[in-house]
Amino acid sequence: MRKKSYKAWLEGDIAFRGFTYLAALSLVGVVLAILWVLVEKSQLTFTKFGPGFALGSRWDPVHGVFGALPLVYGTVVSSLIALAIALPLSLGIAIYLTQLAPHWLRGPVSFLVELLAAIPSVVYGLWGVFVLVPWVRSSVEPVLGSALGFLPLFRGAPYGFGMLAAGIILAIMITPTISAVSREVLLAVPRSQQEAMLALGATRWETIRMVVLPYGRSGILGAAILGLGRALGETMAVTMVIGNRPQISPSLFELAQTIASIIANEFSEAFNDLHLSALVAAGFILFVITLLLHVMARLLVWRVARVPQGVTRE
Amino acid sequence: MLNTRNKWLVLLMSILLVGVLVGPVGQIEARTIALNGAGASFPYPLYSKWLDEYRKIAPNVAIDYQSIGSGGGIRGILEQTVDFAGSDAPMTDEQLAKAPGEIFHIPTVMGAVVITYNLKGVKTGLKLTPDVLADIFLGKITKWNDKRITSINPGVNLPAQPIVIVHRSDGSGTTNIFTDYLSSISSTWKTKVGKGTSVEWPTGIGAKGNEGVSGAVKQTPGAIGYVELAYAIQNKLPYAFLKNRAGKFVEPTLETTTAAAAGAAANMPEDMRVSIVNAPGQDAYPIAGYTYLLVYKDQKDKAKGTELVKFLWWAIHDGEKFAKELLYAPLPGNVVKLAEKKIKQINYRGEVLHK
Repeated sequence: MRKKSYKAWLEGDIAFRGFTYLAALSLVGVVLAILWVLVEKSQLTFTKFGPGFALGSRWDPVHGVFGALPLVYGTVVSSLIALAIALPLSLGIAIYLTQLAPHWLRGPVSFLVELLAAIPSVVYGLWGVFVLVPWVRSSVEPVLGSALGFLPLFRGAPYGFGMLAAGIILAIMITPTISAVSREVLLAVPRSQQEAMLALGATRWETIRMVVLPYGRSGILGAAILGLGRALGETMAVTMVIGNRPQISPSLFELAQTIASIIANEFSEAFNDLHLSALVAAGFILFVITLLLHVMARLLVWRVARVPQGVTRE
Repeated sequence: MLNTRNKWLVLLMSILLVGVLVGPVGQIEARTIALNGAGASFPYPLYSKWLDEYRKIAPNVAIDYQSIGSGGGIRGILEQTVDFAGSDAPMTDEQLAKAPGEIFHIPTVMGAVVITYNLKGVKTGLKLTPDVLADIFLGKITKWNDKRITSINPGVNLPAQPIVIVHRSDGSGTTNIFTDYLSSISSTWKTKVGKGTSVEWPTGIGAKGNEGVSGAVKQTPGAIGYVELAYAIQNKLPYAFLKNRAGKFVEPTLETTTAAAAGAAANMPEDMRVSIVNAPGQDAYPIAGYTYLLVYKDQKDKAKGTELVKFLWWAIHDGEKFAKELLYAPLPGNVVKLAEKKIKQINYRGEVLHK
């Protein structure tokens, strides 16, 4: 017995087990440490405003009035716009690359898509200010305004800066993540199932719709959540194009503000304790949003995985 | 018994040991003294020039300044994690009350805030009065061809374009000076918005940094925003002439900024915490402010304190010569005299450190 465990130690079983255990534990430790700092440093704000902080709509550092609702709105809506644009685009990329593209093209295109993920966000921001924003102001917003102006979503003065620009830039930033993960998921769809479908006389489109996509559903959902998570926390590029105005407006042309962006903007010059703690409290809310998102995602993935439609797993 | 080889070894070890023990004693004279500073980013280009130049004069003093923002600098000096701090805004009474000792404000240079705009065919020199400026930023004047703007700019062809306001989104000393000015000339602004490094803007696009504001102004026809004077000069931005307290339209330059400080010096309080916006004087440009170095009056380390005082003295005398080439407005003579008085009070246990 003793000899055996010594041997096990020699072979690295126990040492390796201990090491991985510590690695996993340290991650939990980091999360708890972050949570503790967020809770501790935001005390002042939550004791002063209570839960009303999350519902308040003013952000006035001069008079010490802080409310995070417009920030939450800006964070969530800009990320959802990004997802609405990026998800179909990424799925298109992933399907094309795995199912339809000629072999010689797959490598270079995948490489280019992944290259987008390596560009620093400040570069996206600069591109946003000098290329995207003027284009949105002079082309996108006037067209949307005249065609769809009957919807409150597309009303207001075209600044270029604002929610729409932020959503578009975020979409470009999360597309590589979503498409790369989706591509891996679609590559894992068993060849045999697709061939069976084709043998039954299904077209390419039918095979993709009825076999490939349902099989990869939970993986694609995971990819989308990964992208959404990145969009929620993105700071630099957003701050450069969103207009940094904490307000709630139904129009996508209007300026907005996100949690990550206001923290990056105001943290270094936050003079008084209340202002500082309000910024940490906003960070705490972002933490909660991200947590809720992941819990919801997990539930969705379980649900989707439990009820397979049309296909059985191998 | 030691054999020959071991004897040599013992001898060698002894020499090494003596060397280790005696070595540091010999070096104490030449020990470098490290001074750490942090704070405002606005004067950073000048301060790093100063540190370079000062190293040539006093090679045994290693001074370091990190540009982390005025807020961070003030926190650093309060928590005594730095030997001196930089700040664009004087500390408030509330902050000073938290300090473990008396803190001195030593002004070093001045900066001015200029109004820049994007109007086709209108170059530098658009004239603005205080009340028009305040009403533009309050969102009350919304078109460039408003009578109140055209009446003070005869001969300038102003379009019927909506005014788009661009302001800083990041907390900044520039915003502090600008909102300080608006508060001093408009009671509506003072009660509704107030002054600070970050404020709740009545209207407009927020952009990060001077480069963000100037970028947004350049990209948006009909935009108006504010940036630091140095930034505007370097980037050749068009800027407005402002009507000062004496009723004259003044171009923002280093000279008119220094004139503002000179005009305000008569009312300089003893602790030097003063706002010089809307200063009196024929040539005073109205949106200007000091940037300060913050130091403790009672130094805890004699050697460090002595070097700090030497550096401060050098900064407000020889250091001022580097200000203009880096586009900072140097202190006027009467303010240098006031700063000297402060530096002479810095002491170590009652012993004045300035010689």
